[in-house]
Amino acid sequence: MPLVKDGALVADAWTRIADDAALPGDGAVTVSFKRWEAERSSLLGRNAPVGVFLGNTDPVEALASDLNRIGVVMLDFPKYTDGRAYSQARLLRERLGYRGELRATGNVLRDQLLFMRRSGFDTYEVDERGAAGFAASMAAVTHAYQPATNDAGMLLRRYTSARASGAK
Amino acid sequence: MYRYDEFDHDFLAERVAQFGDQVARRLSGELTEEEFRPLRLMNGLYLQLHAYMLRIAIPYGTLSATQLRALAHVARRYDNGYGHFTTRQNMQFNWIKLEEVPQAMADLAAAEMHGIQTSGNCIRNVTADQWAGVAPDEIEDPRVWCEIIRQWSTLHPEFSFLPRKFKIAVTGSPHDRAAVRVHDIGLRLHRNEAGEIGFEVMVGGGLGRTPYIAKTIREFLPKQDLLSYLEAILRVYNQLGRRDNIYKARIKILVHALGAEKIAELVEAEWQQMRDGALKLPQATIDAISTHFAPPDYPTRDPMPPQLMAARLRDPDFARWLRSNVAPHRVPGYAIVSISLKPEGAPPGDCTAGQMDALADLSERYSFGETRVTHEQNLVFPHVAQEHLPELWRALDALELATPNIGLASDIIACPGLDYCSLANARSIPVAQHLGQRLGALDRQHDLGNLQVKISGCINACGHHHVGHIGLLGVDKNGEEFYQITLGGSAADDASLGAILGPAVAYDKVVDTVASLVEGYVGLRENGERFLDTYRRVGAAPFKERLNAAR
Repeated sequence: MPLVKDGALVADAWTRIADDAALPGDGAVTVSFKRWEAERSSLLGRNAPVGVFLGNTDPVEALASDLNRIGVVMLDFPKYTDGRAYSQARLLRERLGYRGELRATGNVLRDQLLFMRRSGFDTYEVDERGAAGFAASMAAVTHAYQPATNDAGMLLRRYTSARASGAK
Repeated sequence: MYRYDEFDHDFLAERVAQFGDQVARRLSGELTEEEFRPLRLMNGLYLQLHAYMLRIAIPYGTLSATQLRALAHVARRYDNGYGHFTTRQNMQFNWIKLEEVPQAMADLAAAEMHGIQTSGNCIRNVTADQWAGVAPDEIEDPRVWCEIIRQWSTLHPEFSFLPRKFKIAVTGSPHDRAAVRVHDIGLRLHRNEAGEIGFEVMVGGGLGRTPYIAKTIREFLPKQDLLSYLEAILRVYNQLGRRDNIYKARIKILVHALGAEKIAELVEAEWQQMRDGALKLPQATIDAISTHFAPPDYPTRDPMPPQLMAARLRDPDFARWLRSNVAPHRVPGYAIVSISLKPEGAPPGDCTAGQMDALADLSERYSFGETRVTHEQNLVFPHVAQEHLPELWRALDALELATPNIGLASDIIACPGLDYCSLANARSIPVAQHLGQRLGALDRQHDLGNLQVKISGCINACGHHHVGHIGLLGVDKNGEEFYQITLGGSAADDASLGAILGPAVAYDKVVDTVASLVEGYVGLRENGERFLDTYRRVGAAPFKERLNAAR
């Protein structure tokens, strides 16, 4: 899967380790939430970056106290019509203050990228079409009405300070 | 009325271009139909039985003359010369070509119109009382709040892929004309004991195959907290609503499964964490949006114009129309005029391009350029001077738009049914046409008063049959069209769900059967009772007998 970060294709620095596979001695790894819960201290003691893959029913709050030690949180779109990960992303960013990489994985299509970015995602595992059309899709709609993760939205601003100061 | 500012225009231009690109990618084969489906639905484009159908949002049912003309233009240029007003205050075009949709969208955008979120598993076009701003009993204008909700919900990044569609309705009057209790969220503006105005928040109403009346989860919500509270409800639903079964995915199922108290608790917990965040509405924002809905500058008019009195005495047809289609206005000398889109024998809610253009002209002459769409599939001129009523009536009559049946037996709600819809089991429109004629005749004979007949062609209940005083549901019996009859439903402030009367009735018997039920009511009614009141008083037994005799 092509991986897009800051608008460019990048190599994936993370290796996803299956629940029944042995942990490698070094290198950045991601594990499932289940394995994270079971092996949290050994994962943190590995002296190499660790990330967590959350399913749509895994509680983001369970990572709250470790977020500054987690290098990537991967959220899943099992089908692109399943929107649970948008709520998980916003909670991680806005409620829990997560600052690390937040990655969209699964059925990630280019026409959903704008929603994902506004919900706090910053890396995307897309298909070939998503990689080719990434920039165009991200630029398609630049106006947002409501406050979300990365901007306050215009609903509030354009009727108050922005309007008063003459800014658009 | 709300007018777009530069931001709204720029946003819509981007959205139209984005959808144009998506259509081009579908036509080139880059997007599969499965991938394209949610994209087109979020722009109001369905694939129906015979063709694509385009659904245009009429936010909270308010249309300017320019917008009405834009709809006429689309009907004429891209469709078969007419459009269909729906029970959610939208307009549908049933014969649209995919290649022409982007251009139709661009034409509509010039009139500040679009199809955004008229379909798909997202927050749909918000609906309101069609008498907003003019009803004598109104506490506060719901359109201000609908517009705030429209802006907040438009392309919401978190809530565009919900488990299922999500409908919000707002009323600002004690008398509920917006059917708020059969919506995913119903909002009712009211005053608390301290005299402050806020919202009663109801959740989990809906029709479809599992109908529920919404439950109140908060008696009083301060106005500035509306969006944060809505966001809390949607976040709870987005995470917990079922996604494994399309028929169990609406929030009403979640509310029923967990109980209203538990939902209220979950929403409250979420809301407490964000209520003072970016969604808290500053008074300046509320004021800025309210100015769009300031009442027109009404010239002083005679509250008892002699020409009105004279016309009423002279012309019984006018008097009859006045009685059924004209309602009191909050400003003396003015009236609210309902325009029936249910002429006897015609499909409910249809309007030709010629009628739309003519209505746009009439609205400019008689209603400050404003027309409303009702969830009963009729239109309203909200600000008509009483002295203009006789001439407006003559002009409407010439357009075949003066049918005097608002709220009466022949003012039937019906879905498009098997004539258009790929989901339907049975036809709705011809039943509505024949029943309208039959009940219209009975009404002239017996003065039936308020009687709401609602017809759905399948269990999805787009014709709201559950809340009809008389409801008809199309069912399939070994390939034949049958109709299950329910009695006793209501979508008003006395909301209730109808009960099934007995075995379903065949297509060729259904009109006779309903007529017999209505005749039964005529024999049983006491001092001006409506059909609904009589049914609630005497129960189902006498009607069951008639059903069994007639079917």
